[in-house]
Amino acid sequence: MNTEKIVEKILLIFALSATLVIFLIILFLFKEGLPILKKEGLGFILGKVWNPGKEIYGALTFIVGSLSVTFLALFIAVPLGVSCALFLAEIAPKRAESLFRPVIELLAGIPSVVYGMFGLIVIVRFIKVSFDVPTGETVLAGGIVLAIMILPIIISISEDAIKSVPRIYKEGSFALGATHWQTMRRVILPTASSGITASIILAMGRAIGETMAVVLILGNVEMIPKSILNPAEALTSVILLEMGEASVGSSHYQALFAIGIILFIIVMILNIISVKIGVRKK
Amino acid sequence: MKDKHVYAILWTSTILTATILIFILGFVVLKGSAALSIEFLTDIPREGGEAGGIFPAILGTIYLVVVALVVAVPLGVGGALYLVEFQKENIVTKIIRFGADTLNAVPSIIFGLFGFVFLVYYLKLGVCILSGGVTLAFMILPTLLRTSEEALRAVPGWDKEGSYALGATKLQTIKNIVLPQSLSGIITGIVLSIGRAAGETAPIIFTAAILNPVLPKSVFDPTMSLPSHLYTLVSESTPEKLVNAYGTALVLIILVLITTYSAMLLRKYFTRHVRR
Repeated sequence: MNTEKIVEKILLIFALSATLVIFLIILFLFKEGLPILKKEGLGFILGKVWNPGKEIYGALTFIVGSLSVTFLALFIAVPLGVSCALFLAEIAPKRAESLFRPVIELLAGIPSVVYGMFGLIVIVRFIKVSFDVPTGETVLAGGIVLAIMILPIIISISEDAIKSVPRIYKEGSFALGATHWQTMRRVILPTASSGITASIILAMGRAIGETMAVVLILGNVEMIPKSILNPAEALTSVILLEMGEASVGSSHYQALFAIGIILFIIVMILNIISVKIGVRKK
Repeated sequence: MKDKHVYAILWTSTILTATILIFILGFVVLKGSAALSIEFLTDIPREGGEAGGIFPAILGTIYLVVVALVVAVPLGVGGALYLVEFQKENIVTKIIRFGADTLNAVPSIIFGLFGFVFLVYYLKLGVCILSGGVTLAFMILPTLLRTSEEALRAVPGWDKEGSYALGATKLQTIKNIVLPQSLSGIITGIVLSIGRAAGETAPIIFTAAILNPVLPKSVFDPTMSLPSHLYTLVSESTPEKLVNAYGTALVLIILVLITTYSAMLLRKYFTRHVRR
């Protein structure tokens, strides 16, 4: 074999490393978590009681906690993010665009633990005072901070989608006498809708998988939140908070990996949907 | 709705988003600058981190990032070279891309679980810099692969063809034409990965992080790190004693500002350089 062939083989192995890692992640996650999922069956997902001391494992409260804070975050971030994307793609003067672009990059770059600190000290206190609740560590606080964290994804991917709407569509609409807003609403947004939806689903995956911010802000109270002013606990938080006390191989340890499996499956489904939607249009 | 109303809404949304960022940055800078001093950067933490400095955490984060880069850069850049220079689009490249995209979507806490069960426990590396750094490497790998691929693809075909026409081999062409021309693009990806790896908490908390301010002697020792130290301070200190947490957050933010800004500069240079 000549050098070129050897280099090619080595580079192939390098290229496949990411695939190998994802394979190993799935393998080890299921190896550790599957036994308890099999034993507990649907009860693991539908059970409301989580008591590792008595070996009772029902993850419903955490699933509801994760989903409620995620949907609240989307509720806040989608209108705001799509508006910013429309601004960038449709009306932004060059100066405003060049000022705003670094804003998105920096928002995306701030570490999640810093968002968590900011949320705990500013947002949580603000909510405690302004809504007069016993604790500000609530779904609302978590939703607000997660919304800020997923804004960059929604803005940048939606902007790409809006910018890829063919110019003739717009010009046709203008030629028919439509105003800019009518064109945005009837032509641009519908044409870009699949890309925008893909960005929202991707953002949802990020929000569900987010750990450090939610663990600091949600209050980590094991209850199904009845309103957005209740505390909650997320799937990711349980893993982070309880891994330290679960001894390797115990049922508690396996249950935490089982939560990891649930999280992994949710995120993978969202990822596949967003890829499928994003691709279909192209 | 009239156009001017819509414009007003879009302007407001954008200004609001920018204001949020300025508010967060301003908060961390104002609160953190009270803690920031030479002693803070060079002293070890005292009284559970509420007094003293953060030197071991800074050092630990540097070690973790270096290990992550040493592992991930060759894999990412090499993998991208394979995709761009050695292989036409086929089932193999599809698998490679699918693997990278999937890995990119994995939540950070799952990397933490995986790093613990695979590196710390199964490979018996223990809780140490190596385990944490390799876990971080897995996390930044997809980004490195993608940014390097973009940079390599931007090298004009005629430059490569010119090199081949002069009788250069593929390896010579890669070494003399492709890599030098795509270098700034590849470095942009690396710089962005540094910012990301330095700020990640969940992947290292089970694999590398400890709370005692002991300086690591080798990659087989555990270490403090900036994000995990910040997490401990924020979750355990009382509000009056958060000064050092603000200082730690400021150091992290400064790091992110530097990496983001240099990546932007590099990208500007890169686009100008390639268009020529």
